[in-house]
Amino acid sequence: MKRRVVITGLGAATPLGNSISETWEGICRGKSGIAGITKFDCTLFETRIAGELKGFDPTRYVNRKEVRRLDDFIIYALAASEMALADAGLTIGAAEAERTGVIIGSAIGGLATMEKEKEAISLGGPRKMSPFAIPSVLANLAAGHVSIRSGAKGPINCSVTACASGTCSIGDAGRIIAGGHADCMIAGGADAAVTPMCVAGFNAMRAISKRNDEPEKASRPFDRDRDGFVIGEGSGVVILESLPHAMERGARIYGEIAGYGNTSDAFHMAAPPDGHEGAARCMQAAIGDAGMTAAGIDYINAHGTATQMNDAFETEAIKTVFGQHARTLAVSSTKSMTGHLLGAAGAVEAIFCLKAIGEGVLPPTINLDYPDPDCDLDYVPHRARKRAIRTAMSNTFGFGGVNAVLIFKKFEE
Amino acid sequence: MTLEEKVIAVIIEQLDVTREECSIEASFIDDLGADSLDLVELIMEMEEIFNVQIADNELEKIRTIGNVLDYLKSKGVVWNE
Repeated sequence: MKRRVVITGLGAATPLGNSISETWEGICRGKSGIAGITKFDCTLFETRIAGELKGFDPTRYVNRKEVRRLDDFIIYALAASEMALADAGLTIGAAEAERTGVIIGSAIGGLATMEKEKEAISLGGPRKMSPFAIPSVLANLAAGHVSIRSGAKGPINCSVTACASGTCSIGDAGRIIAGGHADCMIAGGADAAVTPMCVAGFNAMRAISKRNDEPEKASRPFDRDRDGFVIGEGSGVVILESLPHAMERGARIYGEIAGYGNTSDAFHMAAPPDGHEGAARCMQAAIGDAGMTAAGIDYINAHGTATQMNDAFETEAIKTVFGQHARTLAVSSTKSMTGHLLGAAGAVEAIFCLKAIGEGVLPPTINLDYPDPDCDLDYVPHRARKRAIRTAMSNTFGFGGVNAVLIFKKFEE
Repeated sequence: MTLEEKVIAVIIEQLDVTREECSIEASFIDDLGADSLDLVELIMEMEEIFNVQIADNELEKIRTIGNVLDYLKSKGVVWNE
């Protein structure tokens, strides 16, 4: 018997704001978080725009020594976790510690640290390597530090499934609670990969937008003139609890995990198969896990990266799964506003689904000025829409052929 | 700035501690909240600034601020800035 799992706390730092309220306000207003890159000198780069955090003060969350020794992705994860725990009003005492776990995913881990330390070695030799390099580079150290800080001693893991990492974290954390292996989980994703290697690497793959002169218009999912995604950074973390645990302490409940699906394309390292059948199977798996039918889904927060291939293929997969209902349900890509937060994307997009259910507001797809004829669904163009919904699906697909889909529903006893 | 003042300035910066905490007898680990990795990093910084190389077996003897000063002086390091 699977136990019911609810979400009771939210935390995020995104290009739209350094908190949930600021971020959600940006989403509702259809604001873009994309601007010129400030994190390194990008003069020679083809792409010079990204979704960076703005005015984020790390010393609100860590001391000065830690600012130096921890890669930004770890600090972002600590920030979102602290916000989520505070939002949930959850303190992890001795009684809960061993029944509380952490899964924070990251697509790339401490890439900025890796680049910096490689330069130190190249210039000064191996003795110039910092002792903090390795524990700053390892992707699971975000989860590690969140565990150390919060005192959570239960299951710990780190999903490294590229752009699906945040979704896999929350999905797997839900299963850990559903299976009775923990009562609470701190789960989400973090990435801080606005770095020379990441930007040049995605440029080499022809995967990211080069609309440098119009940063706010650069991320244009489902638009005819889209030219790739925009790299973003940040973190999203949610607090998951078994229903009895949440009820017992009178926690506010944002929603319930209805279903989770996870499939592999077994096809190509970066391209989806025809019709994105892996994604379609994944949506079907999540719907099956939820014990629902496709007609029960009201809103999809799409992967919607704004690459040529993703948006057309994802649209096709949605049509395969939903048939006629694909014409009535709402689909939007919040990446049009946040950019693509890589390993954090699935986590912040799960949060947007929960906010959409809770507030009765569908996030828009901004910059959808010239709809691609191959992308012909209701993408909630330009402006957020007021609509009461009961269920929301979050799609994420990653390099390596990973697909991960979560379904959230309004909580009802 | 004397050698002692410079060493303490580096320690304040690296370990995020106050001037008051930095007595000559202060132990890095017991009094200044450093862990073994902090200590490695601190020594690397000292090597860089004072242009010395501290061998690993000598590293073990460096426990307090006084130990660092004694070590640097024994290597003939002088500082006037």
